[in-house]
Amino acid sequence: MPWRWLVSPLVALALLGLWYGVTAADLLPAFMLPAPGDVFEAFYEALEAGSLPYHIGVTLQEVLLGLASGLGVALSLGYLLAKFPLFERILAPYIVGLQAVPIVAIAPLLIIWFGSGTQSKIITCALIVFFPMLINTVVGMRQVEPDLRDLMRALNATRWQTFRYLEVPAALPVLLGGLKVSATLSVIGAVVGEFVGANAGLGFMINSARSVFDTPTVYVAVFTLTLMALALYGLVGSLERRLLAWQRRREQPGSFAS
Amino acid sequence: MPGMLYADRIGHTFYMPDGALPALHNVTFAVAPCSLVCVVGASGCGKSTLLRILAGLLKPSAGRALLDGSPIEGPSPRVGMVFQKANLMPWRTVERNLTLPLELNGVPRAEREARAAALIELVGLEGFAGAYPAELSGGMAQRVAIARALIYRPGVLLLDEPFGALDALTRERLGSELLRIWQASGNTVVMVTHSIQEAIFLADRVIVLSGRPGEIVLNLEVPLPRPRALDVVHSAGFGALSARVRAAIGA
Repeated sequence: MPWRWLVSPLVALALLGLWYGVTAADLLPAFMLPAPGDVFEAFYEALEAGSLPYHIGVTLQEVLLGLASGLGVALSLGYLLAKFPLFERILAPYIVGLQAVPIVAIAPLLIIWFGSGTQSKIITCALIVFFPMLINTVVGMRQVEPDLRDLMRALNATRWQTFRYLEVPAALPVLLGGLKVSATLSVIGAVVGEFVGANAGLGFMINSARSVFDTPTVYVAVFTLTLMALALYGLVGSLERRLLAWQRRREQPGSFAS
Repeated sequence: MPGMLYADRIGHTFYMPDGALPALHNVTFAVAPCSLVCVVGASGCGKSTLLRILAGLLKPSAGRALLDGSPIEGPSPRVGMVFQKANLMPWRTVERNLTLPLELNGVPRAEREARAAALIELVGLEGFAGAYPAELSGGMAQRVAIARALIYRPGVLLLDEPFGALDALTRERLGSELLRIWQASGNTVVMVTHSIQEAIFLADRVIVLSGRPGEIVLNLEVPLPRPRALDVVHSAGFGALSARVRAAIGA
């Protein structure tokens, strides 16, 4: 059904049309909803002046570093928790407690501790990414089939070989699911950090534009952030399609069976 | 080279939270090189425990298992194991499932692929090297599992109810296939099954275990000539043998 690919762009076009209609009919004041043309103009100006590429660069750097460090800690800690149940019993209440603290609430503290530079945003972002990824790592490792573990044992596999040939590929579908959630959350994490105190980044751009009622620029930053999250999500999606190609064969079971 | 197995007064007890569970008691038998031995018994008689001990996956609480005269201390490349489930990795193709044991041992790719190709032919799966396990029927998956167990050129092949999850027709066909594969690859084979007919059809010798703890109640030679065709099950000799095995299981 090739027309299915057309639906999403058509929805976007319809929304754009609606937006245009509302502003053309003057239903809302411009400081609340500027016309699409004004937003595009603001976009073009910010691009020309170099401020948009600069802020994108800062936020992207925070997002990528935060994502990477959050993933790194979550993956290694998750692996240990899945492997050693005792370890899990000791640490679980603290990890859940950490998650119960609203990140938005401790973001100011992080600024106080790590300064208003990129470091505090990377940490906010890593904290937000950490929990879903940790849970998915534990679940992924736990769902490795015991029979396949037996097989690896019968083959005299070392601990490292069991990790590399069994645990990682078996957990991969769940890990990639966690990565999809984390990728979009990571953008939120960076912006939360920037809102609380920053002098660069798309979150900062929103804050400073808002304070002078430059609503079109706020929209430019919001759209850019959305696109950034979508791009990250799409990247993980294509990674998934590549790594989990074997799963798609499952859709026609028995196609080869005799 | 086909191996020789010897079970020397093997006993095993599982210790559960609610007490000791004796699984095997004083099990002694020999498996001659190149022969095919089937172990039968009611479910829960310790057949699988015995096989796991022979595979080196489990240490017996009493006695020992010997391979070519030396004690079995752990899993060995001389012993190939087939489980009731095919146990294939769903993310690997048939060929890559076959070569997994070789990869773990650092065998170069060219040799891995050559050996896999030969085994794919041996078990009759030509054309399926690139298929994923989800695309195979149960019988085909079990063929892959047998081929994987043979890829080390092990000398001893242990099968734990390998056809237990298959339908009756596939099961019969794979039994004949197993005989062909066994004769072509020249291994010593020990197979656990709960089908009396399957055991007599396949084996040189049938060992019957009693229920909990498993003890040998019959060690029966099967003098039926080889090669055996499926209709051997209708012969008078076959009937007499299965009556003896059935009586031993019931006793």
